[in-house]
Amino acid sequence: MSATYPDDLLYTKDHEWARLESKGEQKLATIGISRFAVDQLGDVTQVELPKEGESLKQAEVFGSVESVKAVSDLFAPLSGKIVKVNSPLADSPEYVNEDPYDEGWMIQIALANPDELKNMMDAEAYQAFLREQAE
Amino acid sequence: MTTTASGEAAPVKRTPLYDAHRRLGAKLIDFGGWWMPVSYATGIIDEHRTTRAAVGVFDVCHMGEIHFRGARAGEAVQRLVTNDVGRLVDGAALYTVACWPTGGIVDDLIVYKVAVDHFLLVVNASNVEKDFRWFKDNVGTWCDVVDASADTGLIAFQGPGAKHALQPLTKVPLGDLPRMKFVAERDVAAIPAWIARTGYTAEDGFEIFCRASEAPALWDRLLEAAAGIGGKPIGLGARDTLRLEGKLSLYGNDLDDETTPLEADLAWVVKLDGADFIGKEALLKQRAEGVKRRLIGFEMTERGIARHGYAIHDGTGERVGQVTSGGPAPTLEKNIGMGYVPSGMAEPGTRLQIDCRGKMVAAQIVKGPFYKRGK
Repeated sequence: MSATYPDDLLYTKDHEWARLESKGEQKLATIGISRFAVDQLGDVTQVELPKEGESLKQAEVFGSVESVKAVSDLFAPLSGKIVKVNSPLADSPEYVNEDPYDEGWMIQIALANPDELKNMMDAEAYQAFLREQAE
Repeated sequence: MTTTASGEAAPVKRTPLYDAHRRLGAKLIDFGGWWMPVSYATGIIDEHRTTRAAVGVFDVCHMGEIHFRGARAGEAVQRLVTNDVGRLVDGAALYTVACWPTGGIVDDLIVYKVAVDHFLLVVNASNVEKDFRWFKDNVGTWCDVVDASADTGLIAFQGPGAKHALQPLTKVPLGDLPRMKFVAERDVAAIPAWIARTGYTAEDGFEIFCRASEAPALWDRLLEAAAGIGGKPIGLGARDTLRLEGKLSLYGNDLDDETTPLEADLAWVVKLDGADFIGKEALLKQRAEGVKRRLIGFEMTERGIARHGYAIHDGTGERVGQVTSGGPAPTLEKNIGMGYVPSGMAEPGTRLQIDCRGKMVAAQIVKGPFYKRGK
């Protein structure tokens, strides 16, 4: 079990998260959707993801999540080139519900513009944003 | 991430069970002007499976109940609906539609014959006001037409374990109550109630009417009885997937003012050789000229989920119709849907393409209900 909003992640107002790591000169970000998003969606039944090698711009739609009731767009929290895709989600979309921060990750990108990180929120700011939205 | 679902700004009504849903931790949404539970803690798929395996308890207090009383009540109801009300005995119910003079569907509903001078029509929540006005305008002088929706509670108790779990709460011998029959003025858990063997889940089950003020007490007792066999409360999300698997139409999706029952695969509730009713001439004409489009069921043969409003294309890529309902079918573990296509291509086995947000996904027309319960 991971925390509801782990401290080591950055978040967007669209409820995506990013986990950063450095690999040599490259900055990588692993991307998924937050516990809040998962709770709103309910049972995820299908995840559509892009292919490795594609380039994304910040705020661009990079895929979709289908739940029983609705389809939701996924927005890239950061710009960059996709280096990995969590392909097991095609057959096991329930990972997104069960473990949104680990097994339920979606894509990993090599950041094109690390300056964009300032547009994201840390866990504390994200939870403050959620409280504000609930009011 | 943003979802495409949205609510309306109009004042949202509460059923008598609103507080109960809050206590149960339901996710509440604005459904046609009512705060309704879309699901509870365990989610739509679990609730769906619970209803198929044991029993589910559904708040359907938002539905409309319109009573027709008086010597001409039967005649009045027959004027409004397409099915043959004359064949009903006391204590029997039938599914039907009410049509506009154009043949378009005002609503789909169940008619319960209480007595020769008393009929109850149970109508869709979103249509209560429209229906009541239409009924009053046409037959209001023939008999008393009373909208009792606000005073009436209605709870559905559905699933293969429904009879077993409900029996300890009532003296009514449920085994003797056939499908589409009901008993009025009995008790369930010492609460005055009517028990009908009707439902909208493609399972065995009951719909229990009571006074709105007593609905919370009845709800609690039904939940206790359900819990004894692994049952639980079920939200609108699973109600929708359950009815879709049974290929049961939803007004506003699969049926509307513009569609006729002949198009909607509901010819079995239209008795064109019987008594007169509003819309009969238009339907006779449509039958004579040929029905141009039909409601069909399909299953996706490639990965993709069809949703209400998506375009249907034929094998050559030409747009031929529209999806009216669609989504995952948890029991079947397939993605299924319903929609209208030209009559010439409504045969089971016909290949379709569904435009899933710009991506063409293959589907195939299938026959009859997607799910049929075991005997």
